[in-house]
Amino acid sequence: MAEEGKVKIGLEVHCQLTSLKTKLFCSCSSDYRGKPPNTNVCPVCLGLPGSLPVLNKKAVEYAVMVALALNCKPAKMTIFARKNYFYPDLPKNFQISQYDLEGFEPLASNGYVTFTVNKKKKTVRIRRIHLEEDPGKLYHPGGLGFAPYTLVDYNRSGIALLEIVTEPDFTAPAEARSFLQKLRSILEHLGVFDGSLEGSMRCDANVSVEGGGRVEVKNISSFKDVERALSYEVVRQRELLKKGVKVGMETRHWDEVRRITVSLRVKEEEKDYRYFMEPDLCPVTIDEDFVRKIKIQMPELPDARKERFINQYGLPEYDAEVLVADRSLADFFEDCVKIYGKPKPIANWLMGDFLQCLYSLDVSVKDCKVTPKHLAEMLSLMDDGVISIKIAKKVLWEMMKTGKSASTIIEEKGWRRISDVNVIEAVAEKIFKENEKAVKDALVDEKAINFLVGKIMEATKGMADPALTNKIVRDKLSRLKEKLQLN
Amino acid sequence: MEKAKTSISIEEIEHLAWLARLELTEDEKKLYTRQLNKILEYFNMLSELNTENIPPTYHLTGKVNVFREDEPKPSLDVNEVLMNAPRKRKQFFECAKII
Amino acid sequence: MKLYWLSAKEIRDKILAREVKAEEVLSEVFERIEDVEGKINAFITLCREEAFKKAKEVDSKIANGEKVGILAGIPLAIKDNISTKGIKTTCGSKMLYNYVPPYNATVVEKLLAEDAVIIGKTNMDEFAMGTTTETSYFGPTRNPWDTSTVPGGSSGGSAAAVASGEAFLALGSDTGGSIRCPASFCGVVGLKPTYGLVSRYGLIAYANSFEQIGPIARNVYDCALLLSVIAGWDWRDSTSIQVENTDYTSKLSSKIGEVKVGIVREMVSEGVDEAVLKNFYNYVSKLENLNIPCEEVSIPTIKYVVPVYYLIAMSEASSNLARFDGVRYGYSLNIEDETLDWDKFYSKTRGNGFGAEVKRRIILGTYALSAGYYDKFFLKSLKALTLIRKGFDEAFKKFDILISQTMPVPPFKLGEKIDDPLSLYLCDIDTIPANLTGIPAVSIPCGFYHNLPIGVQIMAPQLKEDLVLKFAALSEDIIGLKNLKPGI
Repeated sequence: MAEEGKVKIGLEVHCQLTSLKTKLFCSCSSDYRGKPPNTNVCPVCLGLPGSLPVLNKKAVEYAVMVALALNCKPAKMTIFARKNYFYPDLPKNFQISQYDLEGFEPLASNGYVTFTVNKKKKTVRIRRIHLEEDPGKLYHPGGLGFAPYTLVDYNRSGIALLEIVTEPDFTAPAEARSFLQKLRSILEHLGVFDGSLEGSMRCDANVSVEGGGRVEVKNISSFKDVERALSYEVVRQRELLKKGVKVGMETRHWDEVRRITVSLRVKEEEKDYRYFMEPDLCPVTIDEDFVRKIKIQMPELPDARKERFINQYGLPEYDAEVLVADRSLADFFEDCVKIYGKPKPIANWLMGDFLQCLYSLDVSVKDCKVTPKHLAEMLSLMDDGVISIKIAKKVLWEMMKTGKSASTIIEEKGWRRISDVNVIEAVAEKIFKENEKAVKDALVDEKAINFLVGKIMEATKGMADPALTNKIVRDKLSRLKEKLQLN
Repeated sequence: MEKAKTSISIEEIEHLAWLARLELTEDEKKLYTRQLNKILEYFNMLSELNTENIPPTYHLTGKVNVFREDEPKPSLDVNEVLMNAPRKRKQFFECAKII
Repeated sequence: MKLYWLSAKEIRDKILAREVKAEEVLSEVFERIEDVEGKINAFITLCREEAFKKAKEVDSKIANGEKVGILAGIPLAIKDNISTKGIKTTCGSKMLYNYVPPYNATVVEKLLAEDAVIIGKTNMDEFAMGTTTETSYFGPTRNPWDTSTVPGGSSGGSAAAVASGEAFLALGSDTGGSIRCPASFCGVVGLKPTYGLVSRYGLIAYANSFEQIGPIARNVYDCALLLSVIAGWDWRDSTSIQVENTDYTSKLSSKIGEVKVGIVREMVSEGVDEAVLKNFYNYVSKLENLNIPCEEVSIPTIKYVVPVYYLIAMSEASSNLARFDGVRYGYSLNIEDETLDWDKFYSKTRGNGFGAEVKRRIILGTYALSAGYYDKFFLKSLKALTLIRKGFDEAFKKFDILISQTMPVPPFKLGEKIDDPLSLYLCDIDTIPANLTGIPAVSIPCGFYHNLPIGVQIMAPQLKEDLVLKFAALSEDIIGLKNLKPGI
């Protein structure tokens, strides 16, 4: 995409704190995915009259931890506020969120995140972070706009969300994507979030081109979609500007099926959310003691881990960066090093064939059937010469698909490299008998030796040790030569 | 001291009724406009009070840091959840369509 | 004397002593209800079956020598904005005409644990928004002392039920005076506890920042008894306070010691009916005869309590009532029109389901919170609230107790003020300060005007329920009006 003209993008990212066991304001389980509709609700998250919210302590701890990881300043005191609007997925027709109210700041603000995009470093400022509750889910049989009625499931209602708002520092859609990947890595390293869960990270974006109006794009729910949606919107706005049409402030909805943004025709005055303090929840103080305790407990962050990978394992920066981008992958790597010992080969295999297999099978590192132990064993077998690289690649595939160990697969498939001299000699004997002309040629021509070696390899389905086979063929030929010379 | 705006027009009442999703009859609009204006006129006395540099009181108890542990408790039985539903389909709540 | 005229304590003691059975008492109560309910309309729902079941249980436990609670066998009524599992809870509104909660309010759990016998849900102003119980969808409640007059509100049903012998005890809720006002008008005792003392979990919210559930009874002791059961910290209510001791009866009759009593000048000057003031000063002279001097104290910011209360309360209400949209419970529009989208569906449902006063307050509350007006109305009120609270804090530095009349007027005729909302709002001027400051306040009968009860209000600093109740007990003694019986 050409970089003509100023593009300004800001993101509002909503991340579920998936590691919490309960919702934000009630004790319903946070494990709502796949449950039958409306089986994971209580009076509080259903918004029954008379119900009251009670704040999840861990959610606050996680939120502060994220704030620190994103280099933000936590507020000394923060309160909750009601965001009032009507929609069928909101059981109370208001959302408990946070807002700037006189005397109180948001949970955290003024941070930044540094990430790599197109091999260059970029820093984006974080404007604010706050906690809020997730609404329920709507279903429109036949599609939005065509359904004769709407169905509502409140299982997700009340799940803890962290809203992370950036300054409009992004200048290209690719940057937004890289940022989100870095953010995901940070959140996963903190242990508060699992990005592989459906709907765990959603975002809205604000896009403006060449100083035109700010367009809000809502409903972006995957990393791939971020770049697509933003690219589409930038191009759309550019086209309008070319035609001399002014782009005004508006709200658009990203349609992930048709891959376009559609105007939502929301009147601006509708956006009056009438924020005021949530009277049923008390303020939260975040003092130095609390922050210190969180800092001590904080797990290793991606940047620090990357440095450590470089120093401790002698990996090049590129490798370290790739591994650390996915916490599960970095964990896998370290677990494997503990068993196998040599970091670079592991890194190579993980970054290459391993990731490729995962992608083809559409499986995450967490869910894949190959364990660090499996990989370590496979690499050892390679070191021992039991399998070649070529075979190892096939073994890896099989491990991925079946979950069986390398040694099991090798035995079952008969992929063990043949290093027994007697076995190869026997095959060689046979091949020599069947290919008298080639043998004669080989006695004079080097190249013909390869033909014989090739034939033996073929006969052994590639399992014969190539070097050994070569040696055996040459030995055989020289013995033959001797014989002939003697005659 | 700036006096708060005291009169509210029938159009504003209509807008507020829309924000609050309350459909009003023409008679109701007229009646409420009249009554609410009378009330607002009385409430306007508040603008006499000097509240410069006075912090707002957001909560009466002064309590802070009221939490609950992150331990799951049983949810409602789905029949209890749906028992008051005016409309339902399978186990979903049914609402009018969204255009 | 009929059993239902005994005090709650007396009837419980008789039941425990096996002089009478809980079932017997209950039968008499339901007979009384059959007699007078048609003239009063205190109840929206009666739970005969559940009540008799509980009464029999209590009798059986007592017969077996098992331990029973301190409210054992006492027939008790609950205001219909307090959630009762399996029993219709309507808030006096068409919007919830058929709503059955799947859970109990914390206070209800506590009552059941102490073996109270819940006889029914009482009438109230719709969503607790009112001073006369005239805005109920289920018709007005009438004052048992004169059925052409209002019983006060919004807990009019609860007060009328207790006053007329239809119940020994009742729970009401008080946001701007909704327990004390009907207590005053019906000649009974009603207490608004310190904000946070009684759990709000299960109380259908009108104005979260001010409301509390509280006891209504025919005398101070019974009131203290009920308070002892419902008070206490609840993890489900984040605004709930931890208190060490919730027994308000044992020290009730002990000597009070020296107390300084203050009369807020601004509350007894303008706009108070002559008869009411006369009654009040009668009481003051009785106190002075006991060597309890009463001194005037000025809290100038009292002038602003009505707008401050209403602007905050209406704003909160506009948000609290947003959930009533006909999707998950309650009244819902019949959708025949297929062109109806969710916006129109919500608007028509709510337009039909809510009464006029509720709609007015939602609109005004929406206005006070809306962009451009938030600072001038809502935020301004929150700041004024700080000043009002400061004024009371200052007064309590010099005084232990503050007293005033409960209502500026005696009970008035049904229909007299209902078309002039502002005139009704102004009736709350004496009760509102206690809600704004969160302090405990009790109303006890103090006198009559043409056979219509007039009450006096006693206030103390936050969490000083024991002081407020002791002073109330003492006052009850010197006034000599307790366990009153209207002629009905």
